[in-house]
Amino acid sequence: MSKALIKRRKPNRSVGGDIVLYLFLILVAFIMAFPIIYAVSSALKPLDELFKFPPKIFAQHPTMDNFSDLFVTMGKSWVTFSRYLFNTVFITAVGTAGHLIIASMGAFVLAKYEFPGNQTFFKIVTVAMMFTGYVTQIPNYLILNKLGWIDTYWAIIIPAFASPMGFFLMKQFMEGLPTSLIEAAKIDGANEWRVFSKIVMPNVKPAWMTLIIFSVQALWNNKASTYIYSEERKTLVYALQQIQSGGIARTGQGAAVLVVVMIVPILIFIFSESQILETMASSGLKD
Amino acid sequence: MKEYLQKYFILRKHNMQVAWKKAKNAKMCYLFLAPYAILFTMFYVFPVVASIYFSFTYYNILEKPRFIGLANYTSLILQDDIFLLGVKNTLLIALITGPLGYILSFLFAWLINELPRWIRSIAVIVFYAPSIAGNCYVIFSVFFRGDAYGYVNAFLMNIGVINAPKLWLIDPKYMLPICMLVILWMSLGTGFLSFVAGLQGVDRAQFEAGYMDGIKNRWQELWYITLPNMKPMLMFGAVMSITQAFGVCDVTMALCGYPSTDYAARTIVTHLFDYGFSRFEMGYACAIATILFLMMILCNKAIQSLLRRVGT
Repeated sequence: MSKALIKRRKPNRSVGGDIVLYLFLILVAFIMAFPIIYAVSSALKPLDELFKFPPKIFAQHPTMDNFSDLFVTMGKSWVTFSRYLFNTVFITAVGTAGHLIIASMGAFVLAKYEFPGNQTFFKIVTVAMMFTGYVTQIPNYLILNKLGWIDTYWAIIIPAFASPMGFFLMKQFMEGLPTSLIEAAKIDGANEWRVFSKIVMPNVKPAWMTLIIFSVQALWNNKASTYIYSEERKTLVYALQQIQSGGIARTGQGAAVLVVVMIVPILIFIFSESQILETMASSGLKD
Repeated sequence: MKEYLQKYFILRKHNMQVAWKKAKNAKMCYLFLAPYAILFTMFYVFPVVASIYFSFTYYNILEKPRFIGLANYTSLILQDDIFLLGVKNTLLIALITGPLGYILSFLFAWLINELPRWIRSIAVIVFYAPSIAGNCYVIFSVFFRGDAYGYVNAFLMNIGVINAPKLWLIDPKYMLPICMLVILWMSLGTGFLSFVAGLQGVDRAQFEAGYMDGIKNRWQELWYITLPNMKPMLMFGAVMSITQAFGVCDVTMALCGYPSTDYAARTIVTHLFDYGFSRFEMGYACAIATILFLMMILCNKAIQSLLRRVGT
């Protein structure tokens, strides 16, 4: 009982300090959430309210009109909505699945085996996290062009397999796995592939989730406009933002687009938060 | 003597068996690592090398790259005023939003750490959501609209600070500060998650030992116990912050336009886009990319050596 109390109230905390800090936190949380709340509320506003002066922050008569308008506009476009959706879902699903398998295979041996070159390789991967993707964009374009993948889904999917972030997190998390678990399986006669697929992978589910979330976020938001130029292969986000830039007449639909684009990553995060945090606990960079 | 030799040979044989087994294991390892290693080399290592190579050439995709030595770099630094403006803007944004975003990430992770579990997880969602909310940042262009419809203008006019609407996103004076504000709003990203998780993992017993040793308030506890325990996460968070701070382009392009008035919101990355994908001067664009790459790596190394001294 007393131990629980100690945990709850640490001796070196002043009550006044606590109150001030919590008030501050509530204020900041409100500021952080406000733009998102505003985006959602303006997506629910009917057109006349969007142009009202002085503008109101919250919708007076919330309606889903903007969303249904959006689907009407998408339905009338030359490439159908379902095709854009398919493109994005296909790129996201295949890219994430491949990334998960390939990165975990590599992370597994790097985390659990000693072999010449393993340290060096891992160092290079951490260096790769230190610069933005923009640095490599032009050579990447030239490479994809040489491979003949420009204007295909593969231009987005295959580079996504090699994303260093997921690999890094997976490796750090797998290091926490007890080596005895692997040795026990080996004694029972399992080969590396069986150890990997039957022992290691089921035990690193939190890391899976994290890797999947980061990959889905990156791919879902990928406009892919530099690599894909055929309209029928463009992604949903690209098409949606195209509608958004349609000027003043599309204000309502534009607000709806914002919500559609952001809702997917946020929802995924909400449902997998605890697993992501479990993985991030081992994300530290040791030198 | 014979005994010794025999023992020696048995030992040798044993060693060789071990080595053979190790090699066999290693072969397995290389096979497992190969798919990732090949793709990683192809799309991350090789492009950096290629970028450095192209930066010494004149290359417009249609003709073969022609070696021109350091000409790209000299014209970038000596003649391209807009590039220098981009460097200035990028550094300004990076130096302000990078450290500030990093400190805010840690501060909020630390402040919410002692909240009850369910409030904490809501707080994490609220703080983290802006960084994953797609292009939600364009909503700031509504707040900062140039006419009296904009909330900021309306508010400032109502309280009498200004008497005519300001062109927040068109006037070069205000562009960068507004972009920085938006970037700060989005800066509680992956590093923040890492901090939240890391703080949860700090050993409780150390705090109790700290009370015994006379730690008086939460700030001392932070400096002497929490921060040293968090070093690996701090390193990771720093990498994330730097990568984000130097790669700024989406926000400035969405809010201030591309190109922006007087190039006032130009960053290194937008300059790279301009030369790479509008003018197709790939060699020149690669020189920009190489400079950006070197800046980021050097900055990372500097920050890491700084962080090693935390809590000492």
